[in-house]
Amino acid sequence: MSTASVVTQTAEQAASQRSVTPLGDDRLWRWLTFSPALALMLVLSVLPLANLFVSSFQDITWSGGASTRSFVGLSHYAALGSDALFHAGIRNTFIFAFCAVAGQMILGLGLAVLCSRVTRGRVIYRAVFILPILIPGIVIGAIWKLLLNYDFGLINQGLALLSIAPHDWLGSSETALLSVIVVDIWHWTPFCFLLFLAGLESLPQDIFEAAKVDGASSWQEFRLITLPLMVPTIVVTFAFRLVLAFKVFDEVYLLTSGGPGTATEVVSFTLYQRFFTEDRIGYGSAISVAVIFIVSLLLVMAISARRRLGSTS
Amino acid sequence: MSGSVSHRGRTALTHIVLIAAAAIVIVPVAWTVAAGFRTQISLLMGEFFFKPVWFNFAEVLFSKTSDFLLNYRNSIIVGVTSTALCLVVATLAAWSLHRMRWPGWVVHIFLAWALIFHMIPPVALASAWYTMARSVGLDNTFTALILAHTTLNLPMALWMMSVFVRDVPRELEEAAAIDGATTPVLLRHVILPIIAPGLAATAVLTFVFSWNEFAVALTLSMKQTATVPVAIAKFAQDFEIQYTQMAASAALSILPALLLLLIAQRYIVKGLTQGAVK
Repeated sequence: MSTASVVTQTAEQAASQRSVTPLGDDRLWRWLTFSPALALMLVLSVLPLANLFVSSFQDITWSGGASTRSFVGLSHYAALGSDALFHAGIRNTFIFAFCAVAGQMILGLGLAVLCSRVTRGRVIYRAVFILPILIPGIVIGAIWKLLLNYDFGLINQGLALLSIAPHDWLGSSETALLSVIVVDIWHWTPFCFLLFLAGLESLPQDIFEAAKVDGASSWQEFRLITLPLMVPTIVVTFAFRLVLAFKVFDEVYLLTSGGPGTATEVVSFTLYQRFFTEDRIGYGSAISVAVIFIVSLLLVMAISARRRLGSTS
Repeated sequence: MSGSVSHRGRTALTHIVLIAAAAIVIVPVAWTVAAGFRTQISLLMGEFFFKPVWFNFAEVLFSKTSDFLLNYRNSIIVGVTSTALCLVVATLAAWSLHRMRWPGWVVHIFLAWALIFHMIPPVALASAWYTMARSVGLDNTFTALILAHTTLNLPMALWMMSVFVRDVPRELEEAAAIDGATTPVLLRHVILPIIAPGLAATAVLTFVFSWNEFAVALTLSMKQTATVPVAIAKFAQDFEIQYTQMAASAALSILPALLLLLIAQRYIVKGLTQGAVK
């Protein structure tokens, strides 16, 4: 079962899958076991987000330990319409999320199919491929800031061996976003690989044996058996990775800080600048609310994609 | 036997592609770790061969101007505490939601909310938490950061533990109930031993994600409470970037991940494929 389907299943079908224990009516323990999670979620997710929503209609200034709030109506939301940085952030985030996730899915699936065909060394390949998932995003940024450096980076050194002139990958607006996308593909392809490999390992093996007996080539096997069987997993993983790619912040913060100009401005970074750097708490809150709204829309689309696929297969 | 030769050839080709992919993963990391052992001049000159020096590591760890050891300690404090909290809260909730008699809508709404919450960019949450922590005077404390990381990782831990809790055979719980076990006895002596491997998998991933988290740590911490990613980000902000020291601290920061990869790979794979949606 793929991760994404675990998630939606947990959300949608948990109630029907539950099997109540004989002690399930123990009211005291029912509350004792659930209340820590409930309290944590209420106090640290519902309350702050409600607060964010209220703040988005206010101007807030801090002096000492106290805040002064004044009601400004919808003016922050109106200002979003003419905020060039916000627009660049939204546009770049969509480009980034779509390209990066598409790249991760294709490479991840390709590698998973290859890896599922070898018996020797599979454990070692998997161990190596897991590595980037475990490295902090900020360190991934640091690693690639070194690699993509104009003067001494490994990439330009490699190009020099081929007599290709060095290029300022992160400093020129044509390649900055592309570089960030490549870094993200490097970071998250292993994760897609891991999910797809688990998916492939759980496919019924007798179909593949039957195909071999019938003399199918590897390509036919992939095209006619593996791919159709994996389509639901692929679509759902794509949709959910897309929503999660909206979170991108760490790598951009370290690699380019949104520059040059607004070439790599992503929406999390716009939010960070407006809220923290410029200390515009009310306006920053409005951006947060807008971002959460967009993410929710994408999430609804992801879940309906899963429903549609679930009903056809 | 031409068939087996072409088969062998294909297998060799598959290995070549996989080894190339593995090299693309390893070389950037290895090159960065190696840069940590270079002098700034050797790095700038682009020398292929160099004499390794300990200078950068010594500077990062022991110089008076560096707080890296403090950052490392902070990351361990936040990571261990938030992981422990998260495991207890998530396991109890997973068991409660899946095995106790809750009305369906409670389970639905709670899990759906956890899903939405997981998708929200951390910076948006950081801004909300920052305002909150500031108004109750908890900004720049470990408490705020630990609670934030616990909440941030709760959805993932909840899904993972849900999978493991659902795997506990009902018959065992029934047998325990017939023997007169109370809920705490059941949890401690029947459920806990069965879900222990699942707990280990969840613990490893929760710790790693807390260790790696940057946006919230950046906004909720100051000099004294800064974690490792915050410290590394500082290098890139300097007017003149100390590249070799940045490389050395990057190398030091991935030590826990490498260690866990060596000793707990099984749990990491299990965790990532069964519940994580990072």
